[in-house]
Amino acid sequence: MIYNAGSYEVIVIGAGHAGCEAALASARMGCKTLLCTLSMEHIALMPCNPSIGGPAKAQVVREIDALGGEMAINIDKSNIQMRIINTGKGPAVQALRAQADKLEYYREMLKTLLTQKKLDVLMAEIQDIETSDNKITGVITKTGARYKCRCVVITSGTYLKGRIIIGDVMYDGGPGNQFPAMKLSASLLKNGINLGRFKTGTPPRINRRTVDFSKMIEQPGDERALAFSFISPKQKKPQMSCWLTHSTPETHRIVMDNIERAPLFTGVIKGRGPRYCPSFEDKVVRFAHKDAHQLFVEPEGRHTEEMYVQGLNTSLPEDVQMEVLRSIPGLENVRIMRTGYAIEYDYVPPSQLKLSLETKMIQGLFTAGQINGTSGYEEAAAQGLIAGINAALKIQEKEPFILKRNEAYIGVLIDDLVNKEIDEPYRLLTSRAEYRLLLRQDNADIRLTRRGREIGLVDDTRWELFNRKMDSIENTRAVFQEVSFTPADEEMNVFLTGMGSAPIKDRVSLWELLKRPEIHVADFEKMKWIEPMDAEISEQIEVQSKYEGYIAKQLEQVKKFERMENRKLSPDLDYDEVYGLANEARQRLQDVKPTSMGQASRITGVNPADINVLYIYLEKKRRN
Amino acid sequence: MRDDIIGAISTPPGEGGIAIVRISGEGSIKKVKQIFQARVSSKDLLVQKPFMLTLGWLKDEEDEILDEVMVATMKAPRSYTGEEMVEINCHGGVIPARRCLQRVLSTGIRLAEPGEFTRRAFMNGKMDAAQAEAVIDIIRAKTDRGLKLAMKQLEGKNSDYVKELEDFLVEANMLVEANLDFSEDVGDLDYEQLRQLLLKTSAGIEKMLKSGELGDIYKEGISVSICGKPNVGKSSLLNALLRKERAIVTDVPGTTRDLIEEYINIKGIPVKLIDTAGIRETRDLVEQIGISRAQQAVRDSDLVIFLLDIEAGMNDEDRAIYNDIENKERVIVLINKDDLMVKNISEEDTKKNFPELKVIWASTKEDIGIQELEDVIEKMAVTGLMDYDNLGLTVSLRQKESLLAGKKYIQEALDAMGEVTLDCLGVDLQNAMASLGEITGRNLKEESINRIFKEFCIGK
Repeated sequence: MIYNAGSYEVIVIGAGHAGCEAALASARMGCKTLLCTLSMEHIALMPCNPSIGGPAKAQVVREIDALGGEMAINIDKSNIQMRIINTGKGPAVQALRAQADKLEYYREMLKTLLTQKKLDVLMAEIQDIETSDNKITGVITKTGARYKCRCVVITSGTYLKGRIIIGDVMYDGGPGNQFPAMKLSASLLKNGINLGRFKTGTPPRINRRTVDFSKMIEQPGDERALAFSFISPKQKKPQMSCWLTHSTPETHRIVMDNIERAPLFTGVIKGRGPRYCPSFEDKVVRFAHKDAHQLFVEPEGRHTEEMYVQGLNTSLPEDVQMEVLRSIPGLENVRIMRTGYAIEYDYVPPSQLKLSLETKMIQGLFTAGQINGTSGYEEAAAQGLIAGINAALKIQEKEPFILKRNEAYIGVLIDDLVNKEIDEPYRLLTSRAEYRLLLRQDNADIRLTRRGREIGLVDDTRWELFNRKMDSIENTRAVFQEVSFTPADEEMNVFLTGMGSAPIKDRVSLWELLKRPEIHVADFEKMKWIEPMDAEISEQIEVQSKYEGYIAKQLEQVKKFERMENRKLSPDLDYDEVYGLANEARQRLQDVKPTSMGQASRITGVNPADINVLYIYLEKKRRN
Repeated sequence: MRDDIIGAISTPPGEGGIAIVRISGEGSIKKVKQIFQARVSSKDLLVQKPFMLTLGWLKDEEDEILDEVMVATMKAPRSYTGEEMVEINCHGGVIPARRCLQRVLSTGIRLAEPGEFTRRAFMNGKMDAAQAEAVIDIIRAKTDRGLKLAMKQLEGKNSDYVKELEDFLVEANMLVEANLDFSEDVGDLDYEQLRQLLLKTSAGIEKMLKSGELGDIYKEGISVSICGKPNVGKSSLLNALLRKERAIVTDVPGTTRDLIEEYINIKGIPVKLIDTAGIRETRDLVEQIGISRAQQAVRDSDLVIFLLDIEAGMNDEDRAIYNDIENKERVIVLINKDDLMVKNISEEDTKKNFPELKVIWASTKEDIGIQELEDVIEKMAVTGLMDYDNLGLTVSLRQKESLLAGKKYIQEALDAMGEVTLDCLGVDLQNAMASLGEITGRNLKEESINRIFKEFCIGK
């Protein structure tokens, strides 16, 4: 029996990292929103590694923050360690990373959701989406409740027909032995959405009290007070360390002796797994010449004794997992608290999506996160935010919100998903961004706060803070450009000589001097040539001065890129009508339906001649 | 819409009296002005009336004359493409035209894509909508032909060689990117390994470019002009080389009034021999025309044979002719009539007058020294190129452009290494990959990401 239980504007299915952002964005933009979760106790769950950030991902977290998303603020509240990695390799790749207290992360997110206006949270399994004329009309729960709505965002993670594999043990299940969502896939297929199957995995968790840390190398957090969010107070919480150990030849022998019991090699696992996150057994086979692989033992939180063994994700049988662990220095007497497993799940090949993350097939249906073939909490949250925003904009009958490749990693992520053929779980890398030097974690607010304000997700407090910061940067920059020295200023040349830097021969401004690698803002502060300033201001000044040349190089590339990006293509364009397209290009264009000439040129299988043909076709059409 | 400046040779390839290099886009005239010097120095291309030809010279990077050309300018929208345009009429033949185009491209003008002029003409309303499909056919045909040509060129050796270079670059980039994205997994970057890879790529590109030049020489040949005062034996030399009677040989000075061109094959190199009319002061109008053409021919040829008569010795007229020859390093001095008893030129004389040059003692009549001359011509034609083992590659202009750009970016990376942070180095490497990748159409960026997972054990 199906009964009518109510109606919403936007319904979000799944309350993981994507779902939470989607629901919050939609509600904050004023839409009556329902967030459905299979388990009220597993909201914003981190079923894999207990960390957020790192190269490319840190940038994304800060972009989410600048747009008014929640992930940065939530991890600032619940971290147990923060560290900047890639220092010394340049501002484009420097990245903040936090270890999370998983339980606290959940609690803080739950609190935020439950206090959000216009947002209801419901524990229910959605088994069906209802459509009419290829438009979303509602959803139906396992218990027969029908909720009407105009937009649905599916953020089902790895729960869709989730199947857990541990050696020869296999069963239907979501991550961390949650209930899987077994019915929704069929509903999607019925509505013309194609599905694929991916695989991922996680390592065993071990009991801290059975670990001998004296045999490992300690990895403490940074001394500085750090934060992801531009509006979080920078406060240093008591830090918990991670620990570095490694596998041994004995470990590898154990794996090889049991390789015929590894589902990855027996053909049981068919879904394609990510190459950047291989199973431990895969590493041992593929890199047979290595006699050690490093492993990080990371705390899962303050409230538990569970520890995560990064680098050891595996679907080997449980008894082998135990044997493997005990061959590792420091883990000789270890006890497992959770067994490692592989999980296979349905995903929606993302070429079926528009850049707004709405499906091309069903109006009002959006998908975001791991269901789109990505991996990573940050990638999921970013998509959730964008899907939530665009669902709300659709309700408001406004143009979709799309970030370009030169604006944000989020833009790179979604553009890649839609245009490339994704054949393994997609993870962001800094090397995927063409304009990496512009997309830094330090300037995410400068890049995106204005955009967030336009769509209504940046509140007055954040907006005012942002404007104050921008003014301060501008004023400080002007000072640096105005204050200059001549060789006659003895103080300057004495200072430079002392720094091992060449004395000046002509009049030089502080801005120019700052370009020298060995000179920093702090030095000028010490010399009292400038007033002391906030760290975030001096960081901007320093990056903008030191990298001015390379940034200009990238801006030049962006100009070319934007010329094609700004030439829009109609989604209704029928490529069968276009005379002179090569067959493969015609097919791919018809599938993807790009929104700009730039996007068209990035589609696999479309070559420059096809782009020329398109230009001419459009011109002809314009004249007729 | 792309609106940068494009250029291409618009006349059909092969031998022709003249060739036209066409340039289109806003700012074309200003670009050409940088490399052009009008014969009448007061003439300025920027204010020159459109559609008028201006005579002058195209200058190379060292401000030396590259070619004598005529330039016409066109202002938007009154041109074929509807954009500002320049047409440079240069000397025909594959090599002069390519040299001219390359000079044009060196100013930052982009080589036009197949059919791009026509596309622009259409886009700017120079053709009506009914012609759209015809325009598309032109683009398609040109692209497909170009593609076929490129594919053919990329078969076998060429392709293997480029791929190998690309692989070095991919590996170099992979090292950098792995270090940026997976620093905890891959450990410290080995800068020396990176440098070696980049040097290897750069050297490979260099070798390919040189090999291409060598290929050009064997395919397109060189021109050799024979000059000297009247009756010094120029036509006899030509005949000796041709081993057949073609030019008229008399004892009266000034009987060869026009240029005589003959094609011979010296050790596999096609050689265009130009017998110049007697270069000397004269009042005879017909002869005067012949003389100025002769001077032009000497200026344009790759090598110059300067003839002296051993019996007549070296007088002021000889010296004047010799002094008029530009770029002396391409000159071969041939002392003719060495079979005669009276010798008014000694070895000391030649050492004094032509210290750096190759001097051949010959007799065209007795066939003495002709073999040596042929050896010298071959050697000089491939000088500087032969040190490279011949890869036997042909390099098209488009490929050459990509190779040069790739080399430039690699050099920038090498120069910046150690000076800038790794993320900046990545900018140069990505540019280099984009340039080299154009040759084979490989997506090197994607490949280098893939390589990371193959080479390194990455895993959280």
